[in-house]
Amino acid sequence: MARLTIDRVTKQFGEFRALDDVSIEVRDGEFMAILGASGCGKTTLLRQIAGFDKLDAGRIVIGETVVSSTALHVPPERRRIGIVFQSYALWPHMTVAENVAYGLTVAGVKGAERERRVAAALSLVELNGFAERRPAALSGGQRQRVALARCLVTEPSLVLLDEPLANLDVHLRAAMEDEFARFHARSGTTMVYITHDQAEAMALADRIAVMDCGKLLQVATPSRLYREPADEKVARFIGEGMVVPVDVQVVEPGGTCMVELFGSRMRMRCSPSQTPATDAHACLRGSDLRIVDASTPGIAVSVVRAIYQGGFFRLETRVDQTPGLLLHLTAPEPFELAANTALRVQVADGWVIPAAAKG
Amino acid sequence: MTEAAGWRERVEDTALLWGLVGVVVILSVLPLARLLFEGIAPDGHVSTAALARVLGSSTTWVATRHSLVTAFGGTLVAVVIGSVVALVVALTDIRGRNAFVFCFVLPLMIAPQVVALAWLQLFGPSSTVLKMIGMAPAMGSRNPLYSAEGIVVLLGVQYAPLVFLTLRAGLRTMPQELIEAGLAAGASPMKIVRTIVLPLMTPPLVAGVALCFVSCLGNFGIPAFLGIPGNYLVLPTLIYQRLAGLGPSVLSEVAVLSVLIGAIAVAGIWLQDLMLRRRDFRITTTSSVMRPFELARWRLPVESALWLLTIVVLVLPLVALVLTSLVPAVGVPLTATSATLANYEYVMFEHAAAKRAFVNSFGMSATAAVVIVLLAVPLAYFLVWRRSRLLRVLNLVAEMPYALPGVVLAIAAILVFLKPLPLLGISIYNTIWIILFCYFARFLVLGLRPVISGYYQLDRTLEEAAQVAGARLLRRLRTVILPLIAPAATAGALLIFLTAFNELTVSALLWSSGTETLGVTVFSFQQGGDSTYAAALASLTVAVTIALMLSTLLASARLAQGVLPWRG
Repeated sequence: MARLTIDRVTKQFGEFRALDDVSIEVRDGEFMAILGASGCGKTTLLRQIAGFDKLDAGRIVIGETVVSSTALHVPPERRRIGIVFQSYALWPHMTVAENVAYGLTVAGVKGAERERRVAAALSLVELNGFAERRPAALSGGQRQRVALARCLVTEPSLVLLDEPLANLDVHLRAAMEDEFARFHARSGTTMVYITHDQAEAMALADRIAVMDCGKLLQVATPSRLYREPADEKVARFIGEGMVVPVDVQVVEPGGTCMVELFGSRMRMRCSPSQTPATDAHACLRGSDLRIVDASTPGIAVSVVRAIYQGGFFRLETRVDQTPGLLLHLTAPEPFELAANTALRVQVADGWVIPAAAKG
Repeated sequence: MTEAAGWRERVEDTALLWGLVGVVVILSVLPLARLLFEGIAPDGHVSTAALARVLGSSTTWVATRHSLVTAFGGTLVAVVIGSVVALVVALTDIRGRNAFVFCFVLPLMIAPQVVALAWLQLFGPSSTVLKMIGMAPAMGSRNPLYSAEGIVVLLGVQYAPLVFLTLRAGLRTMPQELIEAGLAAGASPMKIVRTIVLPLMTPPLVAGVALCFVSCLGNFGIPAFLGIPGNYLVLPTLIYQRLAGLGPSVLSEVAVLSVLIGAIAVAGIWLQDLMLRRRDFRITTTSSVMRPFELARWRLPVESALWLLTIVVLVLPLVALVLTSLVPAVGVPLTATSATLANYEYVMFEHAAAKRAFVNSFGMSATAAVVIVLLAVPLAYFLVWRRSRLLRVLNLVAEMPYALPGVVLAIAAILVFLKPLPLLGISIYNTIWIILFCYFARFLVLGLRPVISGYYQLDRTLEEAAQVAGARLLRRLRTVILPLIAPAATAGALLIFLTAFNELTVSALLWSSGTETLGVTVFSFQQGGDSTYAAALASLTVAVTIALMLSTLLASARLAQGVLPWRG
């Protein structure tokens, strides 16, 4: 167990900046998810932490030890970390037990001690009866668990998981998610979990680091990420947030403010340091949008498209006042829809996105 | 951990990499550099005397002309046969494809001198086959194969599989949509072949032509068997005759001849490069492999033609070879009573040099196969997974001794090893070690290519998983990579073994009493007029070759397509 400090790490591939000044502090025993679309730099970051690539600037510290800096590079074999690869990377020419025992053999652990620890690791992932099988004779979920046992048997200070559920089918994913969560609770190991799936990250992680184009956008707990996105990109990326222009008129103590949204005044949540601004933006969630009758104050919209999603419709609507802007919301069944149906929508909640730090 | 963290890993990595670089430099760069040096400064003094003597001699230019004529002629024959067969095999729905490919590629795996010997037994006045059907020419008449035409035909037959293999490899990457788009536009299959397939296949075809030209140019066995008796000398046989007749005193002259033949080979390769650079042949789509054209009523005639070709170029010569090995003496007709195994008995148990040749050839081929594969596995690791400019150059350097004609390497090796080794004071000249050195240098790339393709199929995370488990490079190579790359490495080892086992070009120039190879012994028997012994020994090498090739087919399911050339 150890904390992990990623301190202003930069990695350049030719002209392309794969990691741009990324800093993340992972606490001891924390489950940190690194979330981003493919190509956002999350795999590059994992390879930096593991030591497969050298960095161009910054440093990485595991526990109290600097493992990567421009002056020094501890090779992966010395970092005492565990990785669960997306492809599992089980050695096909070894049995399950041999796969799990490999790290111990390398470390010079022999005989009964090695057997005991392999058996313990296998029982931790509930694969006791499978020691003599070959990886090819296992199901996807079992392979996943062998990979987990293999990386934990040497009691690494830090475990990296590279999209470990990406190759599993949907129902197995849910089961494995539970397994990871329980496993993390039991072992207390510091874990860094790379994923592009926000539902997975939200379900598992203590905190989530959102990345885009090699930059770190926000590190926060799942609920904070959802409720209080730090910028427009995070707002749009997490939970399909809608970004709308607002005029912040009065900032109240306690993190709320009065804004004008499409001509109507309402109260929104905001950062305590928010200042009145005419060019601010807010993040709205589909679940906070309600259809109201014409007599109630609200925003006038017209329906562009209605998609039936089983039990409810997802409506995509155009704001009459700002035709370029689309809002989406759900409408329960039954819902009568004519072309260009005009609706009135009330916004129950919103979050004023903090202005980007100047400088 | 301090500043020194990871120093052991770095030392291990660096030592292994530079060790391998050193080996490749010694095997490839050193001999060729020494040869070039000899061309400029014979015996260490800059002098143009040898150069002038060689270039001023009409023999040189006659042999050069002969080399060019036979190489171009052989290439032409090989390209016609090889490309037609490749198109038919890859694009149509013929049956028995695997068996046919095996037979068609076989001449490439059999030694050229054995092919030459077999064809000689098929024609000519003492042909056992022709005698059996009463069509043998009168005794004393000349074997029609002792001619430039004979050499051209045999070179063509020997190397048609090279064109076939490169073209087929290209056809395998050709996306089906390109053909279907042509069909949808209303083109007939013949038109599609002419206007879509062949233009797109220009790179493999040109590569095959260049490979074939260089191979024809460097071939020693065929012009030695067919040209020397009629005094039709090409550059490799001229070098051989000079060196065999006059010994190391003519080294400077043969060095110039070697540089000359090397230069022609390089020109061929350069021309290939030039031709391919002028146009863009990149295929922009990728998809499933092609569905074959249906030949319908033409299927049986086409299949018959292919098998007829096999019978003429493979079966008949080999039958002639075996029949000759069964007669008691050259010219005696083969009958139920005259048939004998005495020739086999003689070459296997009585003739001292032949017995030694078995031991030498088996031993050296096996050693070369094992050593090269053990070099190739870590070397390919760096080439595939640690790409750098140095390594790209290294890859090219490793190809040179195989790309250049064998005589070039042999002469270069003599120059390097004629004097005792520095520091050690021992000389490996006239020992099996000089032959083995040439085998390592020449066949390294044969082991390297399949191993490299094996790495490309391997998921690198398998190695990275071992790395984070704490295993250093050597342990990873031993416990994870070697077991996984073993099928490809075995295929490489087999290619090396078969090639070295059937080799003559290098050992003909380097052998001495006690270090005979099978190729040299067959050659000696034939030169001494003992065709029956030569045929018996050659038949045995063919049997070993075919047996090994067949045995690999059993395990070929685990190998990438194209690793074993004889696999359909």
